[in-house]
Amino acid sequence: MLTIFFKRILLAIPVLFAVASITFFLIKIAPGGPFDADRAVSPQVLKNLNETYNLDASNWEQYVDYMSGLIQGDLGPSFRFPGRSVTEMIATGLPVTFELAFYAILIALLMGVFSGVLAALKRNTFLDFIPMAIAMIGICVPTFLMGPLLVLIFGINLELLPVSGWGQLSGDKLLPSITLGFAYAAYIARLSRGGMLEVLNQDFIRTARAKGLTERMVVIKHAMQGGLIPVVSFLGPAIAGLLAGSFVVETIFQIPGLGRFYVEAAFNRDYTMILGTTIFFSAMIVFFNLLSDLAALWLNPRSRDA
Amino acid sequence: MKNNSLWSDALYRLSRNRAAMLGGFVLIMLIICAALAPWIAPYSYSFQDLNLGASPPSSEHLLGTDILGRDLLSRILYGARISLLVGFVATGVALVIGVSWGIVAGYIGGRVDSIMMRIVDVLYGLPFIIFIILLMVIFGRNLWLLFGAIGAVEWLTMARIVRGQVMGLKNQEFVLAAQAMGVSNLSMFRRHLLPNILGPIAVYATLTIPQVMLLEGFLSFLGLGIQPPMSSWGTLIKDGVESMEEYSWLLIYPGITFTITLFALNFFGDGLRDALDPKTSDN
Repeated sequence: MLTIFFKRILLAIPVLFAVASITFFLIKIAPGGPFDADRAVSPQVLKNLNETYNLDASNWEQYVDYMSGLIQGDLGPSFRFPGRSVTEMIATGLPVTFELAFYAILIALLMGVFSGVLAALKRNTFLDFIPMAIAMIGICVPTFLMGPLLVLIFGINLELLPVSGWGQLSGDKLLPSITLGFAYAAYIARLSRGGMLEVLNQDFIRTARAKGLTERMVVIKHAMQGGLIPVVSFLGPAIAGLLAGSFVVETIFQIPGLGRFYVEAAFNRDYTMILGTTIFFSAMIVFFNLLSDLAALWLNPRSRDA
Repeated sequence: MKNNSLWSDALYRLSRNRAAMLGGFVLIMLIICAALAPWIAPYSYSFQDLNLGASPPSSEHLLGTDILGRDLLSRILYGARISLLVGFVATGVALVIGVSWGIVAGYIGGRVDSIMMRIVDVLYGLPFIIFIILLMVIFGRNLWLLFGAIGAVEWLTMARIVRGQVMGLKNQEFVLAAQAMGVSNLSMFRRHLLPNILGPIAVYATLTIPQVMLLEGFLSFLGLGIQPPMSSWGTLIKDGVESMEEYSWLLIYPGITFTITLFALNFFGDGLRDALDPKTSDN
């Protein structure tokens, strides 16, 4: 277990290094500099800017410079917002995105596991068909449609909830979290239903029932531990999907999180910001994948002693 | 029951699955409509009736018009071409890369296999959405680049599936016999291995198309995909969202079309999977 852990961490370091390097050079070959956008800058100003940001140095020098900064957690200055560093901007956006992702995952897990387990237990009844039909809707209606529809219904027509913002009006966190979490609730419901069905037919469940445990004990203590392994393995890749979802949700609801910063940086060609956030997102995803793999390993008794 | 080949058997099972048949029917209709869009669309996708502006559905414009006075039905029909094209072409790209990668890794095995699959593992763990956005920002929003970029992301699972299948086939007699006859690697891949794994490939391909279309919609929604005046369903939804407070039909009709298509693709894909491999039907 510990060796697997260290092996995976050791593999993650060169991967992140490669991601940082590739992104850096991709951005270097991008046409157009960061300062030749809307209005022309006088040559003298351009020269000063290039000097300030060390853009006159050779690509190789800039690369070494950037990488040594990266190791110390310095992602350089933002080209678009003078005086602010990329690290600073990530630090302001991250808590918001994390909070959003946390609520979304919470909603997804509560709704998904509950309805999935229930559907498996009441197989081929109403309690199976209806949640699974809703889950199919959750999978087929994309986040960028679900969000606006929820806004249209609850925000504009019923006027129950605020249509945008984060933490300013009461209840404005609800719609974004549901929008982001719903698709995952659907996947988790399907996964936990499948996992539970597989486990419920096994001998150890029959043993547990035979020795007179209550149904609640059988389900919660015995079946769910094994039946929910697919859900745990899914959570790692889900984080990557949540990130992409946060781009959409933060754009729809105008939430000042990391996802919206990234999309804005992409539009503004704020290259240092794109570079920094890409590296940061990659590191986060590699980390969460690692975490969910380890959790799944730990839940599975067969691999626990290995 | 004379002919009991895998495919006729599967076709029979598929024809008994009502949801899958309905999905298939909807898909065929959509493809026909998309192909015939220039002839059946009531207006051109860029024709503007400036007197109208945004108007609700009427007998002249069945689904209404958008803010610029363009007929929504026509735009949805033309959008179908782009959205379906992205779905099929990008899936095709993913298919070519994934199948070749998987066959080579699975058949050659050993060190080559472990290096190739390790590469797949590593790529799996990366935030590809971000790389697609990065590519679109750097190289401009080009339709063909979009196909390539999406295809280059979606091949990973295909490679894994194909590799697993090939590993299973590798030690069967017909492969050994072909080897004994001195068949070259290339014709081994083409003539002997590929026909035997077409089933899983077909299933996964149908399930990849909706994912690809979602990805395209996502990018277009963020404004990083298809550029005006061309429109995909993603861009139509994006435009609809911007004016949904006053003109909700601009969001609702493209949204319904997109959702129905995804439903159809998913049902058809699930049905195909059940038909070709009855064992895995319960997931």
